[in-house]
Amino acid sequence: MGLFRATVNALRSGLSRTRSALATPLAAMRGRTIDNDSINELERLLLSSDVGTTTTDAIVNELRDAVSRGEKQNRDILELLHDQLVNRLANKKRTLAIAERSPTVILVAGVNGVGKTTSVAKIGRALREENRSVLLAAADTFRAGAVSQLATWSERLGIEIIKGQQGADPAAVTFDAAEAAIARSADVLLIDTAGRLHTQEPLMRQLEKIKQVTSKKVDGAPHEVLLVLDATQGQNTLVQAKRFSEAIDVTGIFLAKLDGTARGGIVFAIEDEIGIPVKLIGIGERPEDVEPFDPEVFVDALINEAVS
Amino acid sequence: MFESLSGKLTGTLRNLSGRGKISESNVRDSMVEVRKALLDADVHVDVVTDFCEEVVQDALGAKVTTSLKPGEEMIGIVNQRLIDLMGPVESGVMLVDPGPTIVMMCGLQGSGKTTTCGKLAAYLKARGKKVSLVAADLQRPAAVEQLQVTANDVNENAKGVGEVTCYAEPEKCGEYGTATGVAVGVCKRGVKHARKNKVDVVILDTAGRLHIDDELMKELRGVQSMTTPHQIFLVVDAMIGQDAVNAASAFHTQLAVDGVILTKFDSDTRGGAALSVKRVTGVPIKFVGTGEKFDALEEFHPERIASRILGMGDVVSLVEKAQEEFSEEDAENIAQKMASGTMTVTDFINQLKSIRRMGPMKSLLGMLPGVGAALKNVQVDDEQFDRIEAIASSMTKKEKNDIKLLGKSRIKRIAKGSGTNPSEVNRFVKQFDMMKKMSKQMAGGGLGSKMGAMKDLAGGMDPASMAGMTGRGSTKTKSNKQRFKRRKRK
Ligand SMILES: Nc1nc2c(ncn2[C@@H]2O[C@H](COP(=O)(O)OP(=O)(O)O)[C@@H](O)[C@H]2O)c(=O)[nH]1
Ligand SMILES: [Mg+2]
Repeated sequence: MGLFRATVNALRSGLSRTRSALATPLAAMRGRTIDNDSINELERLLLSSDVGTTTTDAIVNELRDAVSRGEKQNRDILELLHDQLVNRLANKKRTLAIAERSPTVILVAGVNGVGKTTSVAKIGRALREENRSVLLAAADTFRAGAVSQLATWSERLGIEIIKGQQGADPAAVTFDAAEAAIARSADVLLIDTAGRLHTQEPLMRQLEKIKQVTSKKVDGAPHEVLLVLDATQGQNTLVQAKRFSEAIDVTGIFLAKLDGTARGGIVFAIEDEIGIPVKLIGIGERPEDVEPFDPEVFVDALINEAVS
Repeated sequence: MFESLSGKLTGTLRNLSGRGKISESNVRDSMVEVRKALLDADVHVDVVTDFCEEVVQDALGAKVTTSLKPGEEMIGIVNQRLIDLMGPVESGVMLVDPGPTIVMMCGLQGSGKTTTCGKLAAYLKARGKKVSLVAADLQRPAAVEQLQVTANDVNENAKGVGEVTCYAEPEKCGEYGTATGVAVGVCKRGVKHARKNKVDVVILDTAGRLHIDDELMKELRGVQSMTTPHQIFLVVDAMIGQDAVNAASAFHTQLAVDGVILTKFDSDTRGGAALSVKRVTGVPIKFVGTGEKFDALEEFHPERIASRILGMGDVVSLVEKAQEEFSEEDAENIAQKMASGTMTVTDFINQLKSIRRMGPMKSLLGMLPGVGAALKNVQVDDEQFDRIEAIASSMTKKEKNDIKLLGKSRIKRIAKGSGTNPSEVNRFVKQFDMMKKMSKQMAGGGLGSKMGAMKDLAGGMDPASMAGMTGRGSTKTKSNKQRFKRRKRK
């Protein structure tokens, strides 16, 4: 899907509104060349932005090897790091899948409070901007007020919605929504689901069931299974990605809440170890606060004080 | 929750004791693994560095290297240092007299403020308090409705003689950015309303916000200066990463926070925030949220968490939970029935229900010494207990009193009625029988044999078979609707 053909400039301005906790201490390192002290400091900074021990060790060891081989001493350590990090995210397909025959079905899942409903609204709006007809399915019938939350977005954005009653069976709501999407020949059906911890077996099975319902109604559905992750969370997101993938074959990640000081450093481990690409990022609470994931910009925002 | 961390820590420290002679460098080496375990648990990197150094210093000071049991001594040292990291804390809500006590909640988006408001209300209702929840999140669509529904649910369904209401001005909600500042007025009127109605505790549910959003942080300070809360709680997602200390520090600097409430503690997060926030900000953790239900709130006790981290269990909390559910009389009664072997299915189900009200099974088992680490990778599927309850409720009164009545055709009927299958019913019957025998034996012997039996149980423990549970992917008989209802009820 040609989703969000935003220009690189728009992207940069988006992320530059955000501040990275890491950027300031890193900026102090600019111009320093690579030696054991600067590597140690780098290690600390990577760890403090949730990159995690495995990935950090890999990066740091590579740099240490370079030092012991007597290479790269003259290079700016930040530039080296930048290249290293971008390389780790290279060559991934990050566009949203599109069905040969409409509707394209997008299933959105994740743990409680990460930003699923808001992200659904964001994606819905962006698709509508591309002149696609969108239908929302409010399949979070569990949390108090969740259906009204999505209904409010549907009203504000002028996007149609299928909702269940509070307490209704989410699989049944999904079924109805899939039928409606076909009947109204919608281009895209976007399904919002209830938050659930990946440790809650019965609820994970419920999600499998919701997924099955879509594939029974629509050929090849769901075409995209987006897992929403919260950039402020730490190493646990890796486990979330693993477990959700096992249950519903996640095809892409929506990384929400990148507008804070947290930088979502765990993304490297997720892409590396589980192989799911990050496709979209959320950078605020308004429906327009969404952008495609761009590794260069992401790494820039991670390690540079201001994106130029 | 802490399983992975405790597993790694105890593994590393036990290794130390396997060695004959310990040197300073052995101690330091063992800290490499500890450091990694703590980092993987999202403990802040600077806290980790300090912590490890302190432990090494303590170890050298205590002459662990010449000790006969260096591993045990190390565990003792780490335990004490963990307690120091998280404590001291006076948990609970401090109430003022005369009321109302004003409590303000704040936190990042999606941390669980509204759900936690409901839990605090339930906690106070159980203590006979009249509580008013004020809906001051005018930003997120339907946040007001969520609080209203929650207040109503707690008022109707939580235990205790207190009363819970909700004060809201839904017409004041606005789109993002447009309602900023309006919350101050709502809170002020909410408190006034509470005074007039002689409410004991007012809880202000504010919108989630980033600690770097100046506009919204100003709003919070506005609420603070207009309502002068007695306590300000910062709600933090237990899965939060390294940024925990930045966010908590920022909220604390602006508002002088009194305590942190950690939510989603029932996840498998290793709880790094619990270990970092107090050290960096000085703000203690007061409560932890352990589920979506309004009763899933626990007071925070550093000693107990430290011992859970080190796999030493948390028997104190377990006993406390049990005391809430079982009166002494109940306990006597059931013990007697067990001893005489006259326990019926009804007794068993009542017990099971009480136990389940204490929390998810895995978290309960995790409170037993050593069990947490053993259960690390085991799925304890609470849903299987639903099936057992369903089986029991499909039995007639007569059958419940005498399970021996169950022949083939009755079993078939019960399986059908409960949406299970005959082999499951059979298994339940067998296990019920065995349990009856075992409890009789245990009651017969002295304390020593009881402990022996417990140990056997724990040693050969396969929690799945213990409760007659089948694993994941078992026959799916219940419709999602039924399953859903059950979840709602919980
Ligand atoms: N700052 C920020 N907040 C977000 C973002 N996405 C969602 N949120 C907020 O996070 C909170 C929870 O979002 P919601 O969509 O209800 O999460 P859900 O429970 O996963 O559906 C709400 O207050 C949202 O406004 C984002 O990208 N940035
Ligand atoms: Mg939602």
